[in-house]
Amino acid sequence: MNPDNETAVSVSHLSKKYRIRQRGEGPSTAAEAALGFLRGRTKPTYFDAVNDVSFEAKWGDIVGIIGRNGAGKSTLLKILTRITAPTTGRAVLHGRVGSLLEVGTGFHPELTGRENVYLNGTLLGMRRKEIESRFDEIVDFAGVEAFLDTQVKRFSTGMYVRLAFGVAAHLQSEILMVDEVLAVGDAEFQEKCLRKMREVAQTGRCVFLVSHQVHAVRALATRSLYLQQGQLIYDGTVEGALEVYKESFERISSDDAIEAGMRPGSGDVRFATVRPVKESFDAAEEKILEFTTTASPDISYKHHIRCDIVDSDWDIVVRLDSPLVKFSIDPRTAVHGTIVLRTPWLRPGLYTVNLSLWGGRARVDYWETACSFRVMPIFPYEGVASQAATEGAPVLADFSFTTTERSDASA
Amino acid sequence: MLQRRSSGRQVRIVITPPRRWALPSVARMWEAREVLVRFSVRDITLRYRQTALGVIWVILQPLLAAGVLTFVFSSVAKLPSGGVPPIVYTFAGLLLFNLMSSVISRGSNSLVANASLVSKVYFPRLLVPLSTAGSALMDFTVSLIFMGVLLVVFGVSPGLAVVLVPVWVVLTVCLAAGVAFIASALTVSYRDVQYVIPFLLQIILYGSPVAYSLGKVSPHYRIIYDLNPMTWLLDDMRWSVLHQPEPSVVLLALSVVFPMAVLLFGSFVFQQRERGFADVI
Repeated sequence: MNPDNETAVSVSHLSKKYRIRQRGEGPSTAAEAALGFLRGRTKPTYFDAVNDVSFEAKWGDIVGIIGRNGAGKSTLLKILTRITAPTTGRAVLHGRVGSLLEVGTGFHPELTGRENVYLNGTLLGMRRKEIESRFDEIVDFAGVEAFLDTQVKRFSTGMYVRLAFGVAAHLQSEILMVDEVLAVGDAEFQEKCLRKMREVAQTGRCVFLVSHQVHAVRALATRSLYLQQGQLIYDGTVEGALEVYKESFERISSDDAIEAGMRPGSGDVRFATVRPVKESFDAAEEKILEFTTTASPDISYKHHIRCDIVDSDWDIVVRLDSPLVKFSIDPRTAVHGTIVLRTPWLRPGLYTVNLSLWGGRARVDYWETACSFRVMPIFPYEGVASQAATEGAPVLADFSFTTTERSDASA
Repeated sequence: MLQRRSSGRQVRIVITPPRRWALPSVARMWEAREVLVRFSVRDITLRYRQTALGVIWVILQPLLAAGVLTFVFSSVAKLPSGGVPPIVYTFAGLLLFNLMSSVISRGSNSLVANASLVSKVYFPRLLVPLSTAGSALMDFTVSLIFMGVLLVVFGVSPGLAVVLVPVWVVLTVCLAAGVAFIASALTVSYRDVQYVIPFLLQIILYGSPVAYSLGKVSPHYRIIYDLNPMTWLLDDMRWSVLHQPEPSVVLLALSVVFPMAVLLFGSFVFQQRERGFADVI
């Protein structure tokens, strides 16, 4: 209990339980609460979002936290940033904590850029003097000098994000926690952000980073934690954690699947089963998935389906959104259906499928890594398929080259 | 090798499960006092941005309300106004009522209105409902200056007790903040509160001597008024501003102790519920 000076963060046996509300269970109005009280309570179900996690981080560490959706990464950060309280356990932070769980938190659309920098900076834990002394740097970083006195509701998304990240990047706190914020902005700006975060760590501070983008973690983190179903199952090098992550795909099976009731979405209608018709496909072959849904007799409007094919780097390779092909399902009847991907061709490797069901703009069901399939290195190309030729880009294409003689060229 | 960027003293933050019985930490709130200032400034800025008349609304609103109430209670219902011009009497009451009412109504919605902040950033949550007092006090100050103008115009001279005005203001804010703490914390789980509050404030407006004095109220109902904390504070305020009779020592003491107790109780209830805010909101 007496850590040396090198320890920035020490976490011991941290857990967070959530009470799960099934549909129709749990009060949402005072009247329901009163009724529930009179009837006697139903026994609630609990869900361990974070389960007995212990680790230490040193100054200068950039800790990448990875894991599938629902593994507890964001909950862990929320506990460490004191947004939500742990159920049991203890964490000691040896410095001020700055957090960026969402770009532009606390930005108010009606306020000007300048006013928002002060508001946001204060919320993130900066003193007025600190903001004043770094104001020019922040504005310069974001590149929005000309619009400082414009209300941010008139900002473009890019400007908004750059300004918001600028504030967070100039936090003076000794510990910085960042959740999935590199997904925004253009490539150049992302590079700038990565550089900034590296600088932060080089000055001896400690950075925590949650990301879905493997390349961001790989580029930045000096060590990594891998979470699975709330438990810390790997604590070590980045490459090691990524190995564990990739392996976790191999082990997707029915017993590993998240229970339908615990999946995000309103749950009025859900997917019952999803599976590929074959375990492996050729690169250019039609990839066919079969799914079944449950029914809800009370819902009369159409639902549509979104199917994301995700590669082993966690990048979405293709998105199959059913409104684009004018397809929807009637939630009143349980259906059996197929999803067919004809193009592009997929490069060899393991793919997972994220399925979501939408009723209007509301997400009714979201099933991450619902199933997986393998694409074999069997190509319809006539030439020799080198690794560089087939694995250099996210997808493969049906293409050709032709030449004709130039008539305008001098001999 | 490690050049820690430490700004001054060493900070050590310990995160543990919340204790069962606790009051909000004053030290943490003091640490985050700038958040309070920024929130208040934001609220004040936003209220009058993109309005043509801007700050004039601050005077216009209570003046029009006072006009209507004076007409109803004084001209139509012929209720007494303690020997001062009815409009002055009503305006003085409304001044204090509006302060209380805006702290409660803005405060009770504040957490839900700032839901994205509550679920994404850490700061003492009590500052959110508390900061609404900033804009309410701003409105109050403008109205108070106008009150002074009314006193001069109608030739009403306040007594020496006028120096106690800040005390009544602080007490009113304490009372209202205590209620706002509870209401805002409950609103996080039960949005019903949003519908109850305006209704309650309406009842307080007509059920307290805001636009009329208690002179004609039958002794039968008098007890209800005597139990109403708003009556105490209105009496105190009118004693200070309009040279009305001095309230009894008992009521004076009650009007000091009760708001403090409500504030304390409100903070306590708020703290009890705070741990779940980010998960429920």
